[in-house]
Amino acid sequence: MNQASKKSAYEIFLPIREEAERRIGEIKNNTHPNIYIGMATCGLASGAMEVKAAFEATLRERGIEARIIPVGCLGHCYAEPLVMVENPGFPPILYHEMTPGKAKMLVKAFFEEGDPLFEYILGATEENDLIPAVKEFSRFRSEERILMAHCGLIDPEDIYHYIAKGGYSRFAKALSLPQDKLLGEIRESGLRGRGGAGFQTALKWEMVKNAEEPERFVICNADEGDPGAYMDRAILESNPHQVIEGIAICSYTVGAQRAIIYVRAEYPLAVKIVKRAIAQARELGILGKEILGTNFDLEIEVFQGSGAFVCGEETALIQSIQGERGMPHPRPPYPSQRGLWGKPTVINNVKTFGSIAPILERNGAWFRGIGTDKSPGTAIFSVVGSIVHAGLVEIPMGITLRRLIFDVCGGIPKKKKFKAVQIGGPSGGCLPEEFLDTPIEFDSLTQAGAMMGSGGMVVMDEDTCMIDIARYFVDFTQNESCGKCTFCRIGTKHLLNILERITKGEGRKGDIDLLEDLSLDIKEGSLCGLGKTAPNPVLTSIRYFRDEYEAHINEKRCPAMMCRPLTAYFIDLDRCARGCDACVGSCPTESIFTTSNRKKAIDQTLCVKCGECMTACPPEYDAVRKVSPPELAPRIERPKEG
Amino acid sequence: MFFYKGMEVHYRPEIEKEDEAILRDIGSMLEGFGRHRGDLMPILQKIQEGHHYLAPLALEMVAGHLNISTCEVYGVATFYNQFRFHPPGKHQIKVCLGTACHVKGSDIILENFERKLEIKAGETTQDREFSIDKVACVGCCALAPVAIVDDTVHGHMAPSKVEGLILGFEIEKERQRREKQRGESSQ
Repeated sequence: MNQASKKSAYEIFLPIREEAERRIGEIKNNTHPNIYIGMATCGLASGAMEVKAAFEATLRERGIEARIIPVGCLGHCYAEPLVMVENPGFPPILYHEMTPGKAKMLVKAFFEEGDPLFEYILGATEENDLIPAVKEFSRFRSEERILMAHCGLIDPEDIYHYIAKGGYSRFAKALSLPQDKLLGEIRESGLRGRGGAGFQTALKWEMVKNAEEPERFVICNADEGDPGAYMDRAILESNPHQVIEGIAICSYTVGAQRAIIYVRAEYPLAVKIVKRAIAQARELGILGKEILGTNFDLEIEVFQGSGAFVCGEETALIQSIQGERGMPHPRPPYPSQRGLWGKPTVINNVKTFGSIAPILERNGAWFRGIGTDKSPGTAIFSVVGSIVHAGLVEIPMGITLRRLIFDVCGGIPKKKKFKAVQIGGPSGGCLPEEFLDTPIEFDSLTQAGAMMGSGGMVVMDEDTCMIDIARYFVDFTQNESCGKCTFCRIGTKHLLNILERITKGEGRKGDIDLLEDLSLDIKEGSLCGLGKTAPNPVLTSIRYFRDEYEAHINEKRCPAMMCRPLTAYFIDLDRCARGCDACVGSCPTESIFTTSNRKKAIDQTLCVKCGECMTACPPEYDAVRKVSPPELAPRIERPKEG
Repeated sequence: MFFYKGMEVHYRPEIEKEDEAILRDIGSMLEGFGRHRGDLMPILQKIQEGHHYLAPLALEMVAGHLNISTCEVYGVATFYNQFRFHPPGKHQIKVCLGTACHVKGSDIILENFERKLEIKAGETTQDREFSIDKVACVGCCALAPVAIVDDTVHGHMAPSKVEGLILGFEIEKERQRREKQRGESSQ
């Protein structure tokens, strides 16, 4: 065929882009208000559906024309449900913690009378004279969004929204570039795998590209198993096309014609949205056969995981797609040599694929300029636990934990004291206050005993018991151990038994040494990342919080008063008010009774230590006390009936 | 005795009507799938989606379809947390035990459900009204502790909310019963 007369892929793509711009222009330039509602899982959980229904009903009732656009997640979970309103004549305004009632009032006040209801505003998304911009809050200012740049601002179920933002242009341009050029750009960027281990992405791709076998696969790992991390879900639910574009560019670069997105079963909404996104891309000829007039074919499928943490490990994930039990294999051979169905396979995380298009948009050097020398780019953390502004934060690598926790996320609520931060989920570790100045990047975190891992970050205040947290994570990994390696299978069980004993007040002298020995053995004797890192929470908590272990073992006391067998509630008779029944009604086990002088007391044999009575007790009395060890609670006998 | 693809499936007297339905449904559903080993997980997921659990008979039929042993199918199915082997209750209660929820006392919430319904996590009440399951993180960490009841996410759970939720179902059931009674008596 005559190459000169043939249109390039980008030229074929251009009309699609023009169509997208026309459609978005129609939305932006009309005279009606646009209402963007965050409808990802977290928004829905906070009641976004009810808010949407209220908007619709009120608009209909008042006969106001406005467009409601469901969008994904902005990452500001503390403020959900979030709604952004574009009303002509005003800057776009973000409203937080919306309710159906507020929605109703907003329609009347803002659209009919022009009053934007300042009391409900979080901020404006653009600089203006009227309303403080969100950029003035450190939560927004400190973030640098590459992966989540469009999350929460575009409709994830409409491909044109992404294309209008420049989406798929990089892929269309890439299709007429030599593969080596693309690979060079990725190498130049220094992008490291965002799944946790931080392997050089370009190296992985190069190995598959240069493999002898002609059939290759690309897998996107969205089996986000860490209980406490949800950025992959948020990205897939809010902007699936950016990930799909990354997968497509990767497939073209390494010469794969089939790609699989492995999504966790617990994310039904993400599965639905990704499937729809693939179908839309196919319809426009961006996926499928002879893409954009070239001879490159690519099919992307979605494979649903079935809830096994170990399947986040790449060899186990491949086993799972092949219909086997998800058990890891020794490496080498690496999946890039022999992966899915024995063929060379690239496996990258959602966030890695999400970074590809932005890198090619500008260039590798730009990406390398962000973050630190060894860990370029940004990192996404899901910061949860005792924190004011919980949610997803995308920050450049290298900023310190202190800035992230106290400046960006607002610090610890209720004036409590910071105690530790757990980074990296079940494979990570707990870092105490003295590590707050550690820069966030792959290597420095590993050195401190934690790891980047999944990006889960749980902030803990003084009321959290470190031993209980270690026990929680070991319980998790012990359950999720696939059972292949003896040390991981049985070792973690014994680790758990010892920790359980300690939290129940049955700890023995020598338990700490035993835990340390066993932990090191498990690390040595396990094949995959799950076993090798499972003891990390135990080791770091012993290293930094040994005094708490000692208090549990020697004094049978839980300093944070979290281990229930080591604590007790009692009612301070000097503060308790006669005739008040607030606590009695709140107790789920009817353990609170009236004493002979008509005050209340707790029957310790029935009490389950849920703390409801403490919440129920009116603040002016504040009579419920919590103590550890439980012997400190005074015993009061229930008066005889009659 | 029942024959499926030439494989003998032993008809047990305890098989109830619902099992017969499973037999019919799954038989026709399997036709839509290939016989490749890679089809195993999608098949199991499809069965679970339709019937909410994997009956022993269903596993036998899948094994017959893929021409592998039943214990192989069972081995794969039990490896993954998503599959359940008992029918769930009419109202499914899932308590999130993710990290953020744990820190905020999700074990107390789980315990309250267990005590109130007199079953343990993973079990179904005798009348098949309720079942309780533990789940690891549903991704709503900012709302911890979280429980999901019949696909509705309830954030910031407390023991008193547990009682309220279950009481709500009981009132609803009682209302339906009375309505039915009234309907019968007026006829």
